[in-house]
Formats: sequence, structure tokens, C-alpha cells
Amino acid sequence: MTTTQDAPADAGTPREIGRERRRKEDQRLITGRTRWTDNITLPGMLHLAMVRSPFAHARITAIDVEAAKASPNVVTVITGRDVAEEQGSLPNAWPITPDQVAPAHPPVAVDRVAFAGEIVAVVVARTPAEARDAAELVDVDYEELPAALDLRESAQDKVLAHPDLGTNKSALWKFDSGEAGTGGNVDEAIARAREGGIVIERDFRQQRLIPAFMEPRSVVVDPTGEQVTMWASTQIPHVLRFLLAAVLGIPESKIRVIAPDVGGGFGGKLQTTPEEFITMVLARRLGKPLKYTETRSESLMAAHHGRDQWQHITLSAEKDGTVTGLKVELLADLGSHVSLIGGGVPVLGAFMFNSIYKFPAYHFAVQTVLTNKTWTDAYRGAGRPEATFAIERIMDELATELGVDPLEVREKNWIKNTEFPFTTVAGLEYDSGNYEKATQMAKESFGYDELRAEQKRRRESGDTVQLGIGVSTFTEMCGLAPSRVLGSLDYGAGGWEHASVRMLPTGKVELLTGASAHGQGHETAFSQIVADRLGIPYEDIEVLHGDTAIAHKGMDTYGSRSLVVGGEAIVKAVDKVIEKARPIAAHMLEANVDDLEYKAGRFGVRGTDQGVQMTEVALATFAAHDLPDGVEASLDSDATYDPVNFNYPHGTHLCAVEVDTETGRVKMRKYTCVDDIGNIVNPLIVAGQVHGGLVQGIAQALWEEAVYDDSGTLVSASFVDYLVPTAADTISFDVDHNTTPSLTNTLGTKGVGEAGTIASTPAVVNSVLDAIRQFGVEDIMMPCTPERVWKAIHAKDAGGADPTTGGAAPHFDESTGHEGQTDRTDGAGQ
Amino acid sequence: MIPATFDYLAPTSVEEALAALAAHGDEAKVLAGGQSLLPVLRMRLNAPELIVDIGGIDSLKSIVDEGDSVLIGAMVPYYQLLADTTVRSGLRLLHQAITEVADPQIRHRGTLGGALVHADPAGDCGAPILALDAQLVISGQGGERTVAAADFFEDLFQTAVGEDELLTAIRVPKLGDGWGSHYEKFVRVAHQWPIVSVAAAVKTDGGTISEARIGLVNMGSTPLRASATEQALVGVQATEDGVRAACDLAAEGTNPPSDLNGDSDYRRHLATVLTRRAVLTAAGG
Ligand SMILES: Cc1cc2nc3c(=O)[nH]c(=O)nc-3n(C[C@H](O)[C@H](O)[C@H](O)COP(=O)(O)OP(=O)(O)OC[C@H]3O[C@@H](n4cnc5c(N)ncnc54)[C@H](O)[C@@H]3O)c2cc1C
Repeated sequence: MTTTQDAPADAGTPREIGRERRRKEDQRLITGRTRWTDNITLPGMLHLAMVRSPFAHARITAIDVEAAKASPNVVTVITGRDVAEEQGSLPNAWPITPDQVAPAHPPVAVDRVAFAGEIVAVVVARTPAEARDAAELVDVDYEELPAALDLRESAQDKVLAHPDLGTNKSALWKFDSGEAGTGGNVDEAIARAREGGIVIERDFRQQRLIPAFMEPRSVVVDPTGEQVTMWASTQIPHVLRFLLAAVLGIPESKIRVIAPDVGGGFGGKLQTTPEEFITMVLARRLGKPLKYTETRSESLMAAHHGRDQWQHITLSAEKDGTVTGLKVELLADLGSHVSLIGGGVPVLGAFMFNSIYKFPAYHFAVQTVLTNKTWTDAYRGAGRPEATFAIERIMDELATELGVDPLEVREKNWIKNTEFPFTTVAGLEYDSGNYEKATQMAKESFGYDELRAEQKRRRESGDTVQLGIGVSTFTEMCGLAPSRVLGSLDYGAGGWEHASVRMLPTGKVELLTGASAHGQGHETAFSQIVADRLGIPYEDIEVLHGDTAIAHKGMDTYGSRSLVVGGEAIVKAVDKVIEKARPIAAHMLEANVDDLEYKAGRFGVRGTDQGVQMTEVALATFAAHDLPDGVEASLDSDATYDPVNFNYPHGTHLCAVEVDTETGRVKMRKYTCVDDIGNIVNPLIVAGQVHGGLVQGIAQALWEEAVYDDSGTLVSASFVDYLVPTAADTISFDVDHNTTPSLTNTLGTKGVGEAGTIASTPAVVNSVLDAIRQFGVEDIMMPCTPERVWKAIHAKDAGGADPTTGGAAPHFDESTGHEGQTDRTDGAGQ
Repeated sequence: MIPATFDYLAPTSVEEALAALAAHGDEAKVLAGGQSLLPVLRMRLNAPELIVDIGGIDSLKSIVDEGDSVLIGAMVPYYQLLADTTVRSGLRLLHQAITEVADPQIRHRGTLGGALVHADPAGDCGAPILALDAQLVISGQGGERTVAAADFFEDLFQTAVGEDELLTAIRVPKLGDGWGSHYEKFVRVAHQWPIVSVAAAVKTDGGTISEARIGLVNMGSTPLRASATEQALVGVQATEDGVRAACDLAAEGTNPPSDLNGDSDYRRHLATVLTRRAVLTAAGG
């Protein structure tokens, strides 16, 4: 037992943890006076432009690059065939079953394209404009092939996305509580319920979404030097380095990857991209620095998409509302290829459909399916929003069936706060939580009873504006992830995180973290942790990250892991610094090591006023003139932490909406959430994560959808049609917390990066339905557009279940005003 | 995205601009605020050889109070119209519609003239211009002509302004005593082109409607007047029940598009509801 267990600052200094620190990084991020990848300019740098397929599925019969090559200042134009030998195949790190079917994934298509947006040729020129001009001149002949577009039809192999594979079915992954020994047999539970209980069966659609990060993806590769350096707008510099080496056969030691400031990701930059690989290959081939920055149109079309599932959910219950079983059968759209996490995304949801409830029997199966659409992968929440949506929607259906309040049926089934730690039917051990308290707090702050009364009044008076109240009592598993668990799921890597603390001679500190922030505020929160733990002023701590040559070890940032996994690595590294400093301090004080206590940055001799500051120890260690024998002249310390468990934030979210029954428009009235995210390091950052997360989840419920037309063209291909909300579209949320510290990390923290997104979607959809169920509506597809809501009200289910159709309205027409000359080469105009 | 190369000309007079347009025919494009033209160029939907930037022509930048009407130069940006007291008090319907155009950044650059020549049927300003019976002043090398709003919008993205002409000004009559107006815009997110919107100007006399002018956005390939409703409103009480039947005719003679935000039937329905709301608000205020 060392004093560091309760090391943080003494009463005089304000504790950093819990302080509303404004983010250190914001000035440079907001003013743009920083290094975004696209800001990096190197001597002699050349620029790339991609030629992309306008067809969802086609054979490439010929590519004529001569005109493009002759275009001014073009260095070269390459096709897939030109790099077929060296470009490799983009990796899939998580083959979810041993027999998973996956097509090869060349960065540049060689003889066939499998989605509209796939790269077919690359132009290298002296300026981006010249590269773009030349890209328009590349003449590609395609022979169009039938495209597999509809998920359900594709699952029946009606049209093949990759004819050589003979099937679209990639992998069937199952979990069954009966077989796993974590619960009973679902089919028996359902059969019993069909006799004398309740069985509810629903099909829910998770529409396709686009991560829509703010900074388009960008990559710069400098091959001039011993190490090839890649700057990339990525969430995963460490993973990227490893995979560049593994796929391209370049020694890992010869690659340095830097993720400078990165403008958002939401999972969309948890990827190793064709653009990164091809830029690497060409830079090495040409021996010149290269840059590629995508346009927004390219980003929407070709950066990976998210969600896209059909969920068939069967819930069995007793007549009193006690759930006896849950069966989940998913179809998940992989898009054209099995990408980095690919089929693993739905598997991340597999353990979460049972959510906060004590279901005795559970079965989960997902069939992943290849189609000719943009490939899908992680998007904020990855698997868990899908799970939360399905369970929270169907719990509402159960409440409706029973004619009880939706919170009542939840309470009947949830884990009581006295029952933690609780092992769920999916085999996870939830360490802490208090669903009763969070719900009670949320109800009070929301004014639940008053709003229900108003709802009743509006119903009775037949008001054209009806009120709906929606509930979502969510939990999620985050803090990815215990390496052993990942291993048991055949994931291709571990889930640890690494931190190093460098004690500089002047007593300042450099913290190196393997987490790779892309907007989260790590520099601030991590400084707060180190400041408290080490007793060094917040301002004296510099957080370095996102460069494999500096923070050399890491598993990067996603899955709400940076604080709960990365933060624990920091704690452990800091503790090691203190332990390394202790004998040196004792030596300086001529005291016994055991008599020292460390507090607020100072080693004191217990029971005396004698002491020495850490800064002094740091300087003495640097000088090394008088160190005790056998003690190394360094306080620097490393720690690699592998989490012992996942991390389980939870919360109760309540949403009230007003539905204009004459137009179908849904207007948010009130949104309250009480989340349990354990101890809070920085309330301001948490508020940002919760607010942003909520909006992103609400956006799935009301606004966002990637729509394809019958030929496989992305119709919602700009922000005119892919409706990302702004502050003007949302209301102020009532955000509160009830804290039960996590028991599996020292700081007692739980992840907050995805919580809002995971929780909010079903709360909103449930509220819309709650407003219009009285008109006989049983379900409504997302996004709940005014048209869909109106049709659902007036044609009962018809509109509610219709997929979005129609084209995009052309606001920017080539023939506006004066007729000009249209000069467009198909497919190059992105 | 990067536009294809083009030549750039910044004339300082209408004559100079017209000469350039005449010389280059359909190879030239006029640039006003650029909020529609630049996306077209950047997405390479069009690649004109010459851009004629009319932003340097001072004579196109004034707002003149003519008493019964206001003369708005084609190059006056939205934000200036919003700040102008004559526009604010005399042209409330247009003013209100402009507050709903896009977002502040776009309103800072975009112009009323550009919007009208662009003639997007989903543009906010066409309907109030039509409902207010504005006059559009068009200049060509042969001289100046004035076209009534009713004759200005010809089709999707097509107006009476010829390839070698400029829209130079918009004359918008003020509504007199007894008139009220309201612009009712229906969108899914705040910064969006209307799915449908309705510009209504209503004259009432002791609670009874004596005249109504209603412009519809996005109910066909051009902005439209809801003529059947306008006629049916005359003589009815300005109450919810009074106007309902007349407003139910709002989609008559329209041919609304179907797109991601709604099909044509839904738009027809919306037009009736929004017209009722616009008329009632206009009559009430
Ligand atoms: C993101 C975004 C959102 C938008 N949202 C809305 C919205 O909600 N509602 C809405 O109504 N509009 C919206 N707009 C469109 C905007 O209002 C128009 O772009 C703008 O009004 C057009 O004016 P401009 O000055 O920018 O024209 P420009 O883009 O410069 O020109 C438009 C066209 O008109 C021609 N032209 C311009 N001026 C003249 C002239 N004097 N004589 C002859 N030809 C001319 C040009 O050659 C060009 O073809 C939006 C635009 C964007 C980019």
C-alpha cells in the first residue's frame, strides 16, 4: 500500500478532477491556427485527385488515361492495373466467423467496381486544381452489372454484389444464452408465452447514416527520409501504422504515422482507407511527398457509412409484463466490402439488446450481407445504438400491449440497484448503476406527470398539436476492451492503452498517450488527471499524442475508451513516476523511504515539516550528481493498461415532442437526461459530449438518412439533402447526472463519448409514436419526416413504413440563368 | 472542389457588363453573390469560359424609396435588405421571406437579383415577388425593358432574362392600408430550402377579406399564384372556418415535385394547410 492511492492534492489546492476547465486545445482548434492534415505543405509536394466510379456495379472494360496524362503539369495517372501488384488489399481486422466470406478490397479497383464512388484511377499533378482538371479527362468504359441494393433481397442472393463469391451472405454470428450457459432457451420461452403470455414481434429498420465529420479526410505522405511519414486525418494512427506495414510489407520501423489535429471522426475515421493506402504506394513509387484531400462530396459518397440493419425482434413476456425471453435476428448491410471492423459492428451490439433488464433467455443472430453500396463500419455507438433502439422500442410496445406506463414495465424488468454486480443473460458483469435513482431524477426534472396531464388534455380536446412522451432507459458497454474478450471474439488486436510520463528537468511534465483525440478534449482532461495525481500544476502538463514516433504505443480513440482505458494507463504511469522518485527524494532528505508521504507534488517526511518538491527531485534526477546507488537517472515511466471489464454507463432519457397532426411536423418540446457516467473529470467536456451525442442520436430519429436510388447512386449526396442538424434545429437539453462510480478503474469513471447518441434515438421515436398511436399508428420508420408522420396518421401504417424515395431537388442546376456550356465527364465531377 | 478554369471580368458599369455578355454569348456567366453559381462551378456542373462579376457595378447596389414602391438594385445583398428600414416597413412580406433564406453567411453574400434570375422553384423570394406583383427591370444592349413578375418566371431555372441581358432592378409595390401579410415556410431543418411555403397578402375590411394575393413556393416548376384560393377568399370571414374551404383550393392547378422531402401529394396537402395559416396570420396582423 502506498500513499499514492489517495495521493491527490491537499485541501489548499483546488482539485483538478471535477473542475470545469475550458479546453486547452480550443483556441488553436477554433481559430484554425494549427496543423490540420490539409494545412501541411512540403517542398516538392504533388497532389492527387481520384477518378471514381459513377456506377454501383460495373466491369471496367477500358481506361484511357492519355488525355489526362497530357494535361498541364500532370506527373502521372495510374489505374488499378498499374498498382495491382503492390497495392495490397485493405484489411478486415475482425473476421467475425472463421468462414466469413469477404471479397478482396483493392484500394484502386482493378477490373470491377462494387459501389458508386469506388476509385478507378488516380491522377498525380503539381497542383490540386490541375489534378482535378486531368481527372475529368480520364475516360473509363464501364459495362454495367446488376447491382445488389436492397438489404433483404441481397440476403436472398437475388443479385450478387460480387458474382465470384457466389453469395452475398458474409457471416452468420450467433449468441445463445442457452448454449452459453448464461440463461435459458429463448424458443421455449417464446413457445410458452404463445400459450398463455404475450409475444411481441416487430421489424425495425436502422437506416443508413453517414458519419459526416467536420474535417474531410486528408492524407500526406513524405517518403523522403529513413522513415516514410504519413500524416492522416485519422482516429487510429497506431492501428494504421501497423496495418500499412502488415498489408504493404513495409517494415513497421520504416513507417511513422502522425494524426495531427483531426476535425472529428465519430467512427468515420476509425478506418484504414483506400486513399491512405494508395497515397502511400504512390509516394514511395514516385519518391515525392504527396497529398490527397477529399471533397465533401467524395466524403459523403466514399467514406464509410454507418448503421443499416433490419432488426427482427421477438419478445416474450408473462401477462404481468415480466419478460421471459428476447430473440434478436439481424440483417446487417456491410456495403461493398468487409471493412476494418465491418461485421464486428453488429457484434458489438450483441451483448446489449438485453440492456438493463433481467431477461432469463436471450438469443442473438446477425447475418452480415454484402451489397453494392458504400461499405459500412463504425459510427458513434457502433452496434449499441442499434441494440438500444430495438430494445427500447419493443419495451414500449410491451407497455402498450399491457396498457401501462412505459417506465413501469421497464422498472418491473430492470436490475435493482441492490443487485450489482450483476451478470447479464449475455454474460457481461455490470459493476454498478442505479436505474431507479436516475429515472426518478429524470422524471422530476422533466415534469413527467405534468406533461402526461397536458398530453391527456390535448388528446381529449382533439388539439391539432398532440404531445408525445418518449422514454429510453439505456446502458451500453464501452471502454473497449479487455484484450482476452477481444481475443475470444476473434478480433485482430488487443484493447489495452498506453501512457508515458516524462518528467522534464524543470519539473514540467509531458504526458504521452496512445489515445488519439480528434475533438474530444483529451489534452484538457488528461492534464487534469495528471495534475491531481502528480500534484503538478495543470498548466505545466503538456499532452502529446497522435504521432507514432512520440506516443509510440497506443490503440487510439473510439468506443468511449480514452478516459476509462487510457486514463487508467495514465494513473498507473504517474504512480510509477512517484515510486521512482521516492528513493531519490528519501536520499535527498536523508530520510527513510518508508517515512515519506507524497502529497500535492511534495515528498514530506511524516511527522516533520521537512520535504522536497517533485520539481526538485526531477532536477536532481536530471543532474544525477548524487543519486542513490543502483537508481537510474530517470523518473520517466510507462504503463500499459488492459481493462478488466467493459464499462457500463447508463441513464434515463425522457423526450417530449409536439406533433402537428396537420403537417406531420415533429417539434421538440423538452429533453431531459440523467446519465450515470461515474465520476466526472471535466463537467464542461462532459456537457459537450452529452449535448453533441444527443443531437447525433436525435438526428437519426428525425433527420438523417443516406438514400440511394434504384441504380445505386447516393441521392442524399450533399448537405442539402443529407440533413445534419445545426444548433437552430435543437432545443436546450436538461442534462444531469447521478453518479455511481465504476468499480473497475481507479478514477471511477465511465465512458461518455457515445452515451447520448446511443440513448436518444429511441426516446425520440417513442415520443413521436406516443403522440400518434391514438390514430392507430404502430410503428414509424426513421427518420420520422413530416411526410412519414403525416401519412402514418392519415393512412394508418402506410406512410409510417415506407422507405424514403424520390430524388434530390436540384438547387444547383447546370443551366441556371444564362445557359452555359456543360462540360462534365461522367463520374469525375466529384 | 475546384472549378474548371475560367476568365474573370469585373466591369464597373452595366454597359461594360452587357458588352462582355454580348461578345461571349452562352460561354459567359454573370456572378452576383455567387451562392448558387459557385456551387455549380465547384461541383463542375457547369464550366463557363468567362465569369462576369457584377459586384463592382455601383448602380446596381441601391435601394430607392419611390413612395408607392421600392426599387431594389439587383446587386443588393439580402442582409442589406433586412437592415433597410424602407424594406422592413414597406415590404414586410418580402422582408419576412428573406429572414428565412438559408443562413446568415449566405444572406451576407446572396442577392435578391441573383435569387430571382437563378429561379429555383424552391427559392423563398419568388413567391412574395409574385404575390406583390413586382416589376423586374431587365437591361440588354438594345435598352431596358420591364417585365411583370407574372411573366418573369418561365420554367425551372429559366426566366425572361436572356443570355446577353442583366436583371438590373426589382420594383416592388408597397401594400396599402388594410393589408396584412405573412410568409409561412415549411422545412425539416432550419437552414433549408422550403419544402413548400406560402406568401400571403390579405386585405380585410371589418373582418371580411376583400382581396387576397397568394404566392406558392415549390408547387411547380416556377413560383405560382394560388388563383383559385385568391378568388374564393373574397368576401369570406377571416376566421379558421371562414377561410378553410377557400384554402383547400390552394393546390389547384399546381404540379408540385416529388423529392426526398415529400411527394407531390404531400406537397399538395401542405399547400392547403400552410395557405390557411398564412392567410389567417396575414389577416390578423
Ligand atoms: C447552402 C445554401 C442554402 C441556401 N438556402 C436557400 C434557402 O433556404 N432559400 C432560398 O431562397 N435560397 C437559398 N439558397 C440560395 C441563395 O438564396 C441563392 O444562392 C442566392 O440568392 C442567389 O443569389 P446570388 O447573388 O448568390 O447569385 P449567384 O449565385 O451569383 O447567381 C445565380 C444565378 O443568377 C445569375 N445572375 C445573378 N445575378 C444576375 C443578374 N443581375 N442578371 C442576370 N443574371 C444574374 C447568375 O449568372 C447565376 O446563374 C441557398 C444557397 C446555399 C448555398
